[in-house]
Amino acid sequence: MATETIAADELAVHGAEAAGPGMPQLDVSSFPNQIFWLLVTLGVIYFVLSRFALPRIGAVLAERAGTITNDIAAAEELRHRAREAEAAYDKALADARAEANRIVAETKAQIQADLDAEMEKADAQIAAKTAESQKAIDEIRDSAARNVSEVARDVARDIVAAFGAEADAKTVDAAVDAKLGERA
Amino acid sequence: MATETVAAEGESGLVFHPFDQFEIKPLFGEIGDPVSWYTISNATFWMALAALCVVLLLVVGTRGRAVIPSRVQSAAELVYGFVYKMVEDVTGKEGLKYFPWIMTLFLFILFSNYLGLLPLAFTPTSHIAVTAVLALGVFIGVTVLGFVKNGMAFLGLFWMKEAPLFLRPVIAIIEVISYFVRPVSHSIRLAGNLVAGHAMIKVFAGFAAIAALSPLSVVAITAIYGLEVLVAGIQAYVFTILTCIYLKDALHPSH
Repeated sequence: MATETIAADELAVHGAEAAGPGMPQLDVSSFPNQIFWLLVTLGVIYFVLSRFALPRIGAVLAERAGTITNDIAAAEELRHRAREAEAAYDKALADARAEANRIVAETKAQIQADLDAEMEKADAQIAAKTAESQKAIDEIRDSAARNVSEVARDVARDIVAAFGAEADAKTVDAAVDAKLGERA
Repeated sequence: MATETVAAEGESGLVFHPFDQFEIKPLFGEIGDPVSWYTISNATFWMALAALCVVLLLVVGTRGRAVIPSRVQSAAELVYGFVYKMVEDVTGKEGLKYFPWIMTLFLFILFSNYLGLLPLAFTPTSHIAVTAVLALGVFIGVTVLGFVKNGMAFLGLFWMKEAPLFLRPVIAIIEVISYFVRPVSHSIRLAGNLVAGHAMIKVFAGFAAIAALSPLSVVAITAIYGLEVLVAGIQAYVFTILTCIYLKDALHPSH
């Protein structure tokens, strides 16, 4: 590059003769120089490439391909494991659900049994109370019936007395009882 | 480019020196000094710079050897993968033995082309001497390889078994001619593309001396520069893939 500027400065002297020979490409006198340095350059590039650059890049690319393959395999493995874990989770969930159902059924049965027992007890108590009450009612009814007959005898005796008829108590009572007995 | 402006200002009319940029000059010493084969010239300098860029990209850039690459390492791997795949696709697995050679060619041409696009740069691949050595190297290497690998069967490359018998000698002559034209087209394609682009930029730069034309000149230079950026990459690719195709012919001469 520096030479280019120098060339510019000296163009006044040099310009005329440069225009003369035409294309510098056809100047055979410069060929040995170019060919020699071209071969040197190609040799250097080939040496550097075949010794350092290409093996290194090839190794890096191979290593990367290997890493990618390994990573994919690892990912596959992980996915497999994730699937297994999911299956295990699903199984555990199903088991837990079944267990829960079982517990629910058991508890329900237990409660039902308790309920039945309590029901029975309550029924028995109710029956006992009913019987007791029945007895009391019966007693009341009996005593009421007795009172009725007594009142009837008294009334009958008084009526008989009022009519002036002589009658002993026993006869009146028997007559009243007989009448009540018919009614009943 | 500095030379153009100086020259244009110094004289009254338009002066074009589109080929000055291709001159081989000694890097040290006087302008007129003779350039012998060992002289360190501008060609030497820019070739060395290309080699340095190769080292920077592919050796320094990959020194981390990282599984997750840095940006430079990523670029190096991209270039490696690009050329590796090209060799594998075109020549098959057997061609991979010659991958370092093809990589050398590709990187040298690629970096020479791109470095040549820097202002004031010299482009080694714009010289027919350079591209001819590259192309002849490929030609001789591939031909020798073809005979070593296949013996005389390599000549089957010129003998079309599918063609009718009476046409085969004619086709063989054409095939032989086209085979020997390969290094010519191979080298001239590369040098010609670069010379044309660089010279065109200089010509448009010369027009900038006329004030009325200078904006147009700048636009044109920009457009051609963009085109040249494409050409630099494409020509490196073309040279490399042709090398792969020639190599394929040497490894599998039957059509």
